[in-house]
Amino acid sequence: MKRLASNLVGSVVEAWQEVRIHKTRVMLSLIGVAVAVCAITTVVGLGAVAQQATVEQSERAGGRAASLYLSASMNDGSTPIEMPEIWRTALERYQIDYASRVVNISQTVQFTDGAVPVQTIGVDPPYGTMHRVTLDEGDWFTDDDQNRLAPAVLVNTVFWDRLGRPDLRTHPTISLLGTGTTTAVVTGVYPALSWETEPAMYMLADALTALTPVADSNFQFGPPSYELWVPVDVSGALVTALQRDVQGALGSAAFVQVNRQDYAAYQDGDPYLSLKLTVGAIAGLVLLLGALGLVNIALVTLKQRIREIGIRRSFGATAGRVFFAVMMESVVATVVAGIVGVIAAVLIVKSPFVENFISQGQVTDFPPFPVEAAVLGLVCASAVGALAGLIPALVAVRVKVIDAIRY
Amino acid sequence: MTLLHLEGVTRTVQLIDAPPLTILSGVDLVVNVGDRVSIVGRSGSGKTTLLNLLGLLDSPTSGTMLFEDRAVQSLSSGARDRLRGREVGFIFQQFNLLPGRTALENVMTPLLYAEGRQFWQRARIATAMLERVDLGDRLASLPDRLSGGEQQRVAIARSLVRGPRLILADEPTGALDLETGETVMDLIDEVATESGAALVTITHDPAIAARAAQHFRLDHGVLRVASAVPA
Repeated sequence: MKRLASNLVGSVVEAWQEVRIHKTRVMLSLIGVAVAVCAITTVVGLGAVAQQATVEQSERAGGRAASLYLSASMNDGSTPIEMPEIWRTALERYQIDYASRVVNISQTVQFTDGAVPVQTIGVDPPYGTMHRVTLDEGDWFTDDDQNRLAPAVLVNTVFWDRLGRPDLRTHPTISLLGTGTTTAVVTGVYPALSWETEPAMYMLADALTALTPVADSNFQFGPPSYELWVPVDVSGALVTALQRDVQGALGSAAFVQVNRQDYAAYQDGDPYLSLKLTVGAIAGLVLLLGALGLVNIALVTLKQRIREIGIRRSFGATAGRVFFAVMMESVVATVVAGIVGVIAAVLIVKSPFVENFISQGQVTDFPPFPVEAAVLGLVCASAVGALAGLIPALVAVRVKVIDAIRY
Repeated sequence: MTLLHLEGVTRTVQLIDAPPLTILSGVDLVVNVGDRVSIVGRSGSGKTTLLNLLGLLDSPTSGTMLFEDRAVQSLSSGARDRLRGREVGFIFQQFNLLPGRTALENVMTPLLYAEGRQFWQRARIATAMLERVDLGDRLASLPDRLSGGEQQRVAIARSLVRGPRLILADEPTGALDLETGETVMDLIDEVATESGAALVTITHDPAIAARAAQHFRLDHGVLRVASAVPA
């Protein structure tokens, strides 16, 4: 035990002395490995951001995992009048917080240059979270907006441009035309999709249906649908339960459909496996190049150290001790390089410029720097250090002591 | 007390496409604690090979070699290394100080392979040893800042810091001028006497060889007692 402790401490002291004495060589090794570790950690970290961007893009379109869609219509095509009550009962029964009605209606809006039919989506407040709706100006609907006398509307940028981009702090209003004229307040602006050229807006479902009853002839885009965002692990059971409950409540004269339609529902296994494998392969190549550089430097400098190894052997350093010291030196250096590389990778990945460049404005919830990327970087650094140290260590052990001293 | 006992020791090496080369043949040698032995010989006579054997850096091909009554051939490589570190101190012609390390770090180096008190108190022990060779004021000096004589004194301190019972000096004054060489040899004799260690000096220099009590000549791998060494 005493020998083990002194051997261990002695090896670390020797390794540290080597690192200290051969600063230039160590720095050269460090740069190669640090760059390699930084590269592997950065690509894994950026991969996580890119993956998040793709996920969020999918979630904006189809909802988050797991999003359930419920639709119900009578066999004659009409909308069941009991649905609002059935919907409320279902949400209470299954304690679902994130749920929204989705009503698509063409609502006529009076602009200065005339009345224009505007595609309008009527939703409940949770919809914004469920679909990651981001706003350029203003805020998403809150429950308080339900109580407004003048309904709140969120318009797209095309709409806002057409209004002359008024300051939302001035509470700009618009006129909604129907059976009468209703004044609404623009409370937010969301970015138009790249292919959108026409004005569009969101309203709260209750406010919208109050203006344009679903049964009205203006109703154009099919019956309202109902969306729920539920935990993935209970989504299957909820589909069955909701189908049963709603069908039971409406009877056989109704057609009820409940299914899961978010992006993850159609994927088998890890959807990003191929991306990860590609990124991993590139990172592996980078690391391999770093390791080769390290081995190269270690072997070249070992020739200069043969004499020193011989001297140490003459003072009682065992072959095992020499092997361990050379290995330890390599590992100590690469672990330090690994830490430097990981810190650099974190700084790169978390810099606002890189985040924006990779996410292309598609990410609202930037993932924290992935711990697995940092751990991977350090493990790779240690492994490279051990592997790169192995060859010089084996050469060092085979040194003939007196020949080495006279080298 | 017998420290080293060599009897009929030979050392041959296998050559490619040639018969084995005998470097040492029938070497008989006894070194007791406190002995002063000198071995002289021409280049190629086998001095280095004998030094390797005496310093436990190599094993005989045949014959018997006992170190403190233990058969060297039966020791494992690790045990031989540890025995060497504990009981043998080397003084080299070229000093062989570790570059980039201070005098103190150089003298501490052998203690890195020790255990217990010697390991944990290596700085204190090394400092005392350097003070013993009058280099207490050069602890932090790097080898390239020391004169030849000072470097050899650091090397002497390093070889003796673990209190070896056998000191092997390989041309210890070969890189020094005559006067400095004399001073260094006086110091080696002095510290070896103090510690009670045996001193085996391998040299070309008859004057250095003459300082020993027992004189040997190595000629074509055969070790003979030299009756007189001209100083």
